[in-house]
Amino acid sequence: MSALVGLVAPLLGVASTIDKITFAIAASIVIIGAIGVVMSRNPVHSALMLVMTLFGVAVLFVAQQANFLAAVQIIVYAGAIVVLFLFVIMFLGVDREENIGDEPLRFQRPLAIVLVALTAAGLLLVGVNTKWAVGAHSVAGPAANQQGGDVAALGRSVFTTYLFPFEATAALLVIAVVGAVVLARHPRAQGSDGEPAPITPPDMSDEAQARAEGEEVAP
Amino acid sequence: MSLGGQWYLALSMVVFAIGALGLLVRRNVLVMFMCVELMLNAANIAFVTFARMLNDIGGQALVFFVLVVAAAEVVVGLGIVVAIFRRRRSTTADDLHMLKG
Repeated sequence: MSALVGLVAPLLGVASTIDKITFAIAASIVIIGAIGVVMSRNPVHSALMLVMTLFGVAVLFVAQQANFLAAVQIIVYAGAIVVLFLFVIMFLGVDREENIGDEPLRFQRPLAIVLVALTAAGLLLVGVNTKWAVGAHSVAGPAANQQGGDVAALGRSVFTTYLFPFEATAALLVIAVVGAVVLARHPRAQGSDGEPAPITPPDMSDEAQARAEGEEVAP
Repeated sequence: MSLGGQWYLALSMVVFAIGALGLLVRRNVLVMFMCVELMLNAANIAFVTFARMLNDIGGQALVFFVLVVAAAEVVVGLGIVVAIFRRRRSTTADDLHMLKG
């Protein structure tokens, strides 16, 4: 009975002040960062705002006893994915301000805002008002109060219940790496006869470059 | 005692909505990708919250897989952006109208 109370009590809003303060700060960081991603004119600023959001999300993970995921969130997202974004932004040289005021499609922006507001309202109604079933028999093993903490519990789950998906992610990563190399390689870095490609000047226009590559150019 | 799960779910939905809005209104392909990352993170918050509410580690395992898929998606997506930029000299989604008759 006491275990049931302990399980239900957090859902009834019995929370300590420190938890509330942590959530308030982390949630504001997440939302400000998310708005910054959407509103920034410069893609580099968007990427840095994304880092801010990801750190806030990591704090929320720690607040929910997902310590391993918080660490992975920082390492993989902030450490790898955002750096990849910044690398591509600067590699392509598109790190300049863009005018987000002009709108090629009329009505697209207000329509998007209305649709997203409706979706968010629906989600909030469903998500917050629903009485979620709690205390059911857990499928993949309990999360709280495990020996070895959440790291051991997650490891046991990934290597037993979710072993096949785990192996599938290995294949997915290999496919992604090969695909990225094929996509990002220069088209004629190595021709069919094995000769190195002539270097094209970087300031060539689209048309000239396409012609140089021996492809038809639409008039 | 931890804060009720409803707060985390509400935050997750707000972040998801902001990400969806950015995906719809922004023209820069790179920023659109970042908005997809926002939406994935919103889903991750919801998964971790459900893992805590239902006391089931499966939610956290799913976040683990979402992270892997997000990394793979970004790698391939940015590869496509680089390949397109080589031909079109632009990362604006509106400039990609080669299929338009």
